[in-house]
Amino acid sequence: MKLIMIFISAALINNFVLTYFLGICPFVGVSNKIENALNMGLATTFVMTLTAAVTWPIYTYILVRFNVPFLEYVAFIIAIAALVQLVEMYIRKSSPALYRALGIYLPLITTNCAVLGLALFMVLREYNFVESIIFGFATGAGFTLAIVMMSGIREELEFADIPKPFQGISVTLIIAGMMALAFMGFAGLMRG
Amino acid sequence: MAEDSANSLWYEFKKGLWQDIPPFRLVLGTCPTLAVTNSIKNGIAMGLATLFVLICSNVAISALRKYVAVQVRIALYVVIIALFVTLADMFLAAMFPPISKALGPYVPLIVVNCIILGRAEAFAQKNAVVPSLMDALGIGLGFTMSLASMGFVRELLGFGTLLNFRVLGDWFEPWIVMILPAGAFVVFGSFIALVNWISHRKAAGSSSM
Repeated sequence: MKLIMIFISAALINNFVLTYFLGICPFVGVSNKIENALNMGLATTFVMTLTAAVTWPIYTYILVRFNVPFLEYVAFIIAIAALVQLVEMYIRKSSPALYRALGIYLPLITTNCAVLGLALFMVLREYNFVESIIFGFATGAGFTLAIVMMSGIREELEFADIPKPFQGISVTLIIAGMMALAFMGFAGLMRG
Repeated sequence: MAEDSANSLWYEFKKGLWQDIPPFRLVLGTCPTLAVTNSIKNGIAMGLATLFVLICSNVAISALRKYVAVQVRIALYVVIIALFVTLADMFLAAMFPPISKALGPYVPLIVVNCIILGRAEAFAQKNAVVPSLMDALGIGLGFTMSLASMGFVRELLGFGTLLNFRVLGDWFEPWIVMILPAGAFVVFGSFIALVNWISHRKAAGSSSM
């Protein structure tokens, strides 16, 4: 039951993009086409699940054990960078088309604040190993949901007549604001 | 010659304040811009913490630029940045516990603030220490100003206060939405539109002259 709660909370109620503002760069940058957005979302979900699976043992068995939790940031960011590098090499080998589609955004997952944020929140909330993995996966799923919805709206938006200063990033952010309002409706799910 | 270099240093400083002002023009560092600007104080604290990390990392990276192999540079930069962020985080937690608490996990997240890695990659690794310092000062102050102005609008409309002083009277009904994530997105989007609009007008004005 707790696992389901964690999943719903991370994917919908406390969606990383819309309530913690993590992962805005790819959210704005790669959301112009549904296909790219979906690929980006899947790649990020994959990296996030792995990140949770890797950083949890690092934190629990190395940092806490040797009493150096202040190295948390350095250790996490190195682990994430290495993971992204591995995923990149794997995708390049296994599916060159996907690799080309993701292009520059794959290495950028390293600096996607959502991935580091995930590791930090995981420690802050003291999840155990299984909970962490669910949390990582749910966060990725929430990110995918938000970015795909946004790209769907933006594809339609190309035909809209928007005042010049608002075009591009500006209107994207304002729409994100409306999505955040809509997602607030999910908060009621938790009380029951 | 001396004047030239002084001019170019001034230029490196000045460009961060308007021409390349980070969140609005380059759209970098958006997470903290949205997350901690529900009051002016939080915005300024976050801006100054980022400024500190940016100065230290720019100077360190610029000083090391001749000794770093190209292949490992990103990894090294990230580690350098993470070290300074750890310092800033501990300093805030020790000296200003309430602020540290309000900023929460967004202080460690300075590690992945694209502005800092972006300046390292675009500027510090190619330039000497002093211009890198000026670049960091300008960009960092521009970032702080941006956060403060976002905080100004959101705090004024969301609480009716400025720096915790009540400026709008009892008649004012606070717009709760401004404090919520939705308000952050809308204010940020509007600021970008405003900056676009001003530069369009400037460009139009100079071309007609």
